[in-house]
Amino acid sequence: MTDPSFLAQVLALAAARFPIPRAELAPDDDIFERLGIDSLQALELLSRLEERFGVEIPDFELRSVRNFHDLARLIEVRR
Amino acid sequence: MTSRPLDGLETRAGLGDLLDHAGRAWAGEVCLIESDRERETERLTYAEVRRRALALAGGLEAAGFAPGERAAVLASNQSKWHVSAFAVFLRGGVLVPLDFLATPAEQLALLEHARPAVLFVEAHLWRALAATDGFQSQSRRRVLVLGAPPGEELPAAPAVTVSRWEDCRDERFDAPPRRRRPDDLASIVYSSGTGGRPKGCQLTHGNYLAQLGSLVELHPLAPGHRYLSILPTNHAIDFMVGFIGPYACGAAVVHLRTLRPEWVRDALRRYRVTHVSLVPAHLAGLEGVVRRRIEDLPAARRALFRGLEALTVLLSRGRPRPRIARRLLRPVHRGLGGRLEAVFVGGAPCDPSTLRFFHRLGIPVANGYGLTEACTAVTLDRLDPPRPETVGRPLPGVELRIVEPDRDGVGEVAVRGATVMRGYLDEPALTAEALVDGWLMTGDLGRLDDGHLELRGRRKNMIVTAGGKNVYPEDVEIALEGIGTIEHCVFAAHFLWPSRGADERLVLVARPAEDGDEDILLAALTETNRRLPPHQRLAGVLPWTTAFPRTASMKLRRAALAEEIRRRRPDPAAVVGLDRPAHRAPTTDC
Repeated sequence: MTDPSFLAQVLALAAARFPIPRAELAPDDDIFERLGIDSLQALELLSRLEERFGVEIPDFELRSVRNFHDLARLIEVRR
Repeated sequence: MTSRPLDGLETRAGLGDLLDHAGRAWAGEVCLIESDRERETERLTYAEVRRRALALAGGLEAAGFAPGERAAVLASNQSKWHVSAFAVFLRGGVLVPLDFLATPAEQLALLEHARPAVLFVEAHLWRALAATDGFQSQSRRRVLVLGAPPGEELPAAPAVTVSRWEDCRDERFDAPPRRRRPDDLASIVYSSGTGGRPKGCQLTHGNYLAQLGSLVELHPLAPGHRYLSILPTNHAIDFMVGFIGPYACGAAVVHLRTLRPEWVRDALRRYRVTHVSLVPAHLAGLEGVVRRRIEDLPAARRALFRGLEALTVLLSRGRPRPRIARRLLRPVHRGLGGRLEAVFVGGAPCDPSTLRFFHRLGIPVANGYGLTEACTAVTLDRLDPPRPETVGRPLPGVELRIVEPDRDGVGEVAVRGATVMRGYLDEPALTAEALVDGWLMTGDLGRLDDGHLELRGRRKNMIVTAGGKNVYPEDVEIALEGIGTIEHCVFAAHFLWPSRGADERLVLVARPAEDGDEDILLAALTETNRRLPPHQRLAGVLPWTTAFPRTASMKLRRAALAEEIRRRRPDPAAVVGLDRPAHRAPTTDC
């Protein structure tokens, strides 16, 4: 289970990057649908998360990401 | 020691022979570079690539892989892709490149359609397949998994033998390449298509060697040139330009593990890339970056830049000349690596204003048109001078004909020449529709202007208005570029909602830019709409929030998008009317 405070940081960063009120994002939301982004923009978000948390994530891992839980888990296992 | 690119190309006994020749002719030249962010992870000479392909070919022979058998590759762009494919050709096999960006279920379906005896697959893609319905019941084959850690247990299925790619080799193997005749099958390439079931285009060694000959004639790459391979190698464009092409001329190919824009730009600089192929979506992104870079210059420097840009255009006398432009427009060219000689664009319609933008900066972006069914390229803009509203002239050896042209000269584009495929795998009816009296019927509409092909969209996308005018949605979409959408697409209302009594008026499905205001977008649309010819004018807009479905080469999948719209917006009332009351929108009265 993802650490809730860590998950909150990921949600905050996503909300800031794709201007959308933080309160409107929930961990189970479909990232692509909720943020209205395509895979290239999702990779850009991944780059921001890497910078912020000092990890490296291969592009292909994004294929298995659907919601913010998945995204947070990708980073958490590498920290 | 180098040899001229075309030396003996016409005498090559197939693609295996091509590699064998390249491995000797350019033995010490760099062939493949692999980079993961700032780390270079591999650099192989031509001799080393040949050596590795031979060792794998030896492993394949020991495993019983016979000439004429099929082998599929399912992997992202990397040196092991090249080595695997050439090992297949050295053994006289038939290569089946599969789309690594497709879903695992689609990949399994293609595997069952092509039934290869061998599958080369990247470890994470194999694990994704293993979690998919139908994995256990797949047909008999040998699977070689790329990049799996030694000792890791690999997913298996009853009829499948699985082992590590890295363990399948025989270092002593040195048999000469199996000779192939020009009409022997070299590959089965699935055309990504924009609708319907995938079609396996059967291409011969003769098809590829003919295409190579004409491309190398137009763009004689040589040792020292660097090609950045970004588009998936399984797709026709990179298959030709980023995989087979370099082995005819001794250039090097750069592969990246991550395709994030910042690392692509870094690679252009670090590897002093000379050639790259892009799809229009990439080019539009690059235009945005370059425009911002120019806008960010302090006012005085920006004015100077504009002056130098005008001087560059003047000195270039009608065509982009990078040598002049690099000196005068240093800030932009340095940002793109400073050594770009040609950018090839294809795979989807490209906005002429984007092409003009790059041409003014002295960056030779050559727009082209092609089909998997004809190897890759059919036409290419020679830039002498540029004709950005067209896709250029046919390649040497390719004939073009417009079938049943209308009053404006627009008809279906037909292609004939040595690059046209043998037919679709196991689809005689589809083949008979596509190949008529030796001509490949492309399904694309276009007209010829002074030998240059002007495309007008897909035949099946054409909309006939109530006034009997033909509208090509692609034309309207391009006219609306720059109005503040991330992406947009034009449909006839009755195509989207056939059972709701909608008419043939045009509806724009638009994703507003992320920081965009819907009202501003609507105002911009209304303004642009007024300037369009009456038959191209939009009746309304359907705002959309999620990314459009696209193929591996970023081509819009119209039918899939329409399906999604019918599912999520079943009522035409969701359309916002434009320019009311002058143009009635297809709203509730539809």
